[in-house]
Amino acid sequence: MRLALSIALSAAILSSQAALAATLFVTNERDNTVTVLDSETLAIKKIIQVGARPRGIVMSPDHDEIFVCLGDDNRIDVIDTKTLSVSRSIPNVPDPELIATDPKGERLYVANEEQSQVTVIDRATGKIVGTVAVGGEPEGLAVSPDLKTVVNTSELASMAFFINVKTLKIEADVLVDQRPRVAQYTRDGKQVWVSAEVGGTVSVIDARTRVIIKKIGFDIPGVQPELIQPVGILFSSDGKRAYVALSHANHVAVVDTKTLMPIAYVLVGERPWHMALDPNGTKLYVANGNTNDLTAIDLKTLKPIRSVNVGHLPWGVAAMP
Amino acid sequence: MFIAPSAGWAQSQPAAMATPIKHLRIVYLGKRYSEPVPLSLLDKPVYDKGIQGARVGAADNNVTGKFVGQETDLTEDILPQNGDIVAEAKKVFAAGNSLIVADLEAKDLLAVADLPEAKTAIILDIRTSDDDLRQEQCRANVFHLAPSYAMRADALGQFLLYKRWQRWFLIHGTKPADLAYTAAVKRAASRFGSRIVAERTYAYSARARTTDTGHQQTEQQMALLTQSVPAYDVIFVVDMDEVFGEYLLFNSFDPRPVVGTQGLIAVAWHRSFEEYAGQEMQNRFEKFAHRTMTERDYEGWLAVRIFGEALLRTGATDTKSLRSYILSDEFNIAAYKGIGLSFRKWDLQLRQPILLAGPRALVSIAPIAGFLHPKYLTDSLGFDEPETKCHFAK
Repeated sequence: MRLALSIALSAAILSSQAALAATLFVTNERDNTVTVLDSETLAIKKIIQVGARPRGIVMSPDHDEIFVCLGDDNRIDVIDTKTLSVSRSIPNVPDPELIATDPKGERLYVANEEQSQVTVIDRATGKIVGTVAVGGEPEGLAVSPDLKTVVNTSELASMAFFINVKTLKIEADVLVDQRPRVAQYTRDGKQVWVSAEVGGTVSVIDARTRVIIKKIGFDIPGVQPELIQPVGILFSSDGKRAYVALSHANHVAVVDTKTLMPIAYVLVGERPWHMALDPNGTKLYVANGNTNDLTAIDLKTLKPIRSVNVGHLPWGVAAMP
Repeated sequence: MFIAPSAGWAQSQPAAMATPIKHLRIVYLGKRYSEPVPLSLLDKPVYDKGIQGARVGAADNNVTGKFVGQETDLTEDILPQNGDIVAEAKKVFAAGNSLIVADLEAKDLLAVADLPEAKTAIILDIRTSDDDLRQEQCRANVFHLAPSYAMRADALGQFLLYKRWQRWFLIHGTKPADLAYTAAVKRAASRFGSRIVAERTYAYSARARTTDTGHQQTEQQMALLTQSVPAYDVIFVVDMDEVFGEYLLFNSFDPRPVVGTQGLIAVAWHRSFEEYAGQEMQNRFEKFAHRTMTERDYEGWLAVRIFGEALLRTGATDTKSLRSYILSDEFNIAAYKGIGLSFRKWDLQLRQPILLAGPRALVSIAPIAGFLHPKYLTDSLGFDEPETKCHFAK
């Protein structure tokens, strides 16, 4: 009886821990799959078959759906986070590479890599509500917290375009360094950070004046400067730190958002591109393309906890509470 | 008569109208040299290599340019084989042009570069690989985009050392280009501590692209060419005109891989290359030109992009500003190789990673991991600053 009680008790503890753990979704570009993991154990829960060349991945703000760009199938697959299966698809989205959602979760913005275009989609109906002609090989997308602006980067033009969400007209273009991959608004919405993969810098742009405040450079002892290739950018929950994945430098840089200076570099797997923050803010998950794994980083100690295999050429990550 | 527009009219114009569009005037200067047709029937003869890439480059520049009021105007000036390139170049310079994409062989390239009118021009050479042109015969107004023979041979040399395939059986043709590449292969062997255990030449010229029979002869000839040699690891073939190199694969007396100008080749671009968004470039080119992108197309694209990038960053269209930017430490051009490319100041050669491609797939990219250089890893390929024989006239 006492034994049974203690089993029941420990089961209850276990399940409450399980409830705290987040669920991670990783796109595997080479496998045409999305790997689903438990954030605590980093064990694979499921591998979901999706269409061809999954890259960009984003979760709806209500956590109900995950949207996956399928570059070679010209569509977006939508994963139901309850059933962990593809529940619907949004067709006729040419060569989608990266996807963003507005903070309300009403609209999706997709970069069409070969079309020099951004497509705007109504989330509920899956209908295309507009397109914006942008620079060549568009990629990065970020929607401002006030829902007024969407920023898109063009890798070929080395520009960040500020697009008015209402009119879908470009209001400003900001020249950054070579091959900008990712744009992110700071938590307070006052700045836009844009990574330049070949330029090796992150441009910090004033969101209001659209002028570059600073270009952040990186320097890792023993790493050849040309291998420092910033791609993914994420901000900590309190907004005090930024995490920048440095691709062929195999590190994630930690940047102080006040001084705009790098304060640490965390060694991860090879070719880290995109990342996700744990919903409780304590961990960072990094997709390493060339080592086929995902690294979890403890954000308190800034030490990698573990790396686990996920699939071939992991590209992007989303984390669901 | 000029009528000043009213304030109301002016206000209704888009902001971009306020500043006039800046035009980047580039002339593509080329000649239709007779080129060898590919030995393999799988490769179709292509007669517009280079210019098609330049056209895509201009289109790429203009996608960006429309946001910032810049426009690339590409003039195509391609002479017949017997055309007088010097007279044509004089006309081009006299018309005020100074940004040149040169699709010219060495002799013509130097004839154009040495014109007094060309002194302040920027000539981007997209065709040659001659080491001479980067060494004793270098010119202060000629930038070389294609990898030199030395860079190509070093790329293969690094790979073969990494594989420990260090005993090379060198088989080369006898034409001037064959001999130039052969010299680079010998240099690479000594740089990377590999050994050329045997050297043979193969001279053959008469050939039709297609014949009703013939493989029986090929089998015998290639076996004969490759027998009775000391133990070796690879055949290093140099056959620039594609006369016989392709036939060495699977026909050698001993079972050995073939590297060099056939088999595993060292190139700036290859149709099997997809990494670093290379797939997007391939798709964009194929959509435009309805054929696969050749190495010279890539160089043509790159040349126009280099001019476009210099204008984008400086806002200048004059040669002096563009040249000083291209040679500055800030200059860096992204070209689907993962890292930015820039020019070596000592010989104006573009430093770049080099693809090592097999007939059907990419094998590796040089510099091979582990080959280090104190400044740029890519400077481990070709003639480095301390070894240069290029001294520009002041």
